[in-house]
Amino acid sequence: MSEAVKKDRPQFRNINFLKNLPFYYWPIGAYVSIGHRISGFLLAALLPFILYLLEKSLTSEISFAHFQGIASHWFVKLIILALVWSYLHHFCAGIRHLLMDLHIGLTKEGTGRTAIVVLAISLSLTLLVALKLFGVF
Amino acid sequence: MANNEIGTNRVIVGAHYGLKDFLVQRVTAVVMVIYTIILLAAFLTGNNFSYEGWAGLFAQQWFKISTFVMFIALFYHAWVGMRDIWMDYAKPASLRFALHVATILWLVGCAGWAVQILWRE
Repeated sequence: MSEAVKKDRPQFRNINFLKNLPFYYWPIGAYVSIGHRISGFLLAALLPFILYLLEKSLTSEISFAHFQGIASHWFVKLIILALVWSYLHHFCAGIRHLLMDLHIGLTKEGTGRTAIVVLAISLSLTLLVALKLFGVF
Repeated sequence: MANNEIGTNRVIVGAHYGLKDFLVQRVTAVVMVIYTIILLAAFLTGNNFSYEGWAGLFAQQWFKISTFVMFIALFYHAWVGMRDIWMDYAKPASLRFALHVATILWLVGCAGWAVQILWRE
């Protein structure tokens, strides 16, 4: 590569978590990407909790009532909300991945647009569930 | 000669180099998307949002089997995803190996529990 092409760009070496990372530019797709990873990890880590709720909700009418009792606690509601966000984000971002496999929206502008769509759908649905969970409607 | 291609000069064909995991991740994802649509359609068109409606849905054998297939897809999908996370962040081989084993045990345990929940009388 010739010298004329080189531009004066900031260089990041020996990246420090606190000093460099907050000033590193994140394109919107990066937020979707790290969200995909965090949500996937949360869903896998909380699998036993999901199975526990499924078991309680199915075993009998008594356990179903018990399930309703557990799910009415505010802290449990927060965990459920985290799981709902995880599911919605992972679902939408996953479909974005599948579309990319079909070579849909692979341009620089395209990835930014689909990333915004993913965040808009998953976050607004999460907000709806949050309002429902905490009894706003 | 094939023998000359072992080591740093090996030709990178023949081994799978992640293609299988890539495909597994896509196929299992599609299975879970389809199951999500089936679950929503079956529950929301049932017009019975009480315990009877919920448990009645899961009482049907076809739905138990569909749920079981989805769970197997989920556990395989979770294995590939968790393995990717450990490969990226857990650098010492011993720690990574321990986390891989723990993840497998975790998921197999969950699979057993899922079967018990689905086919309990």
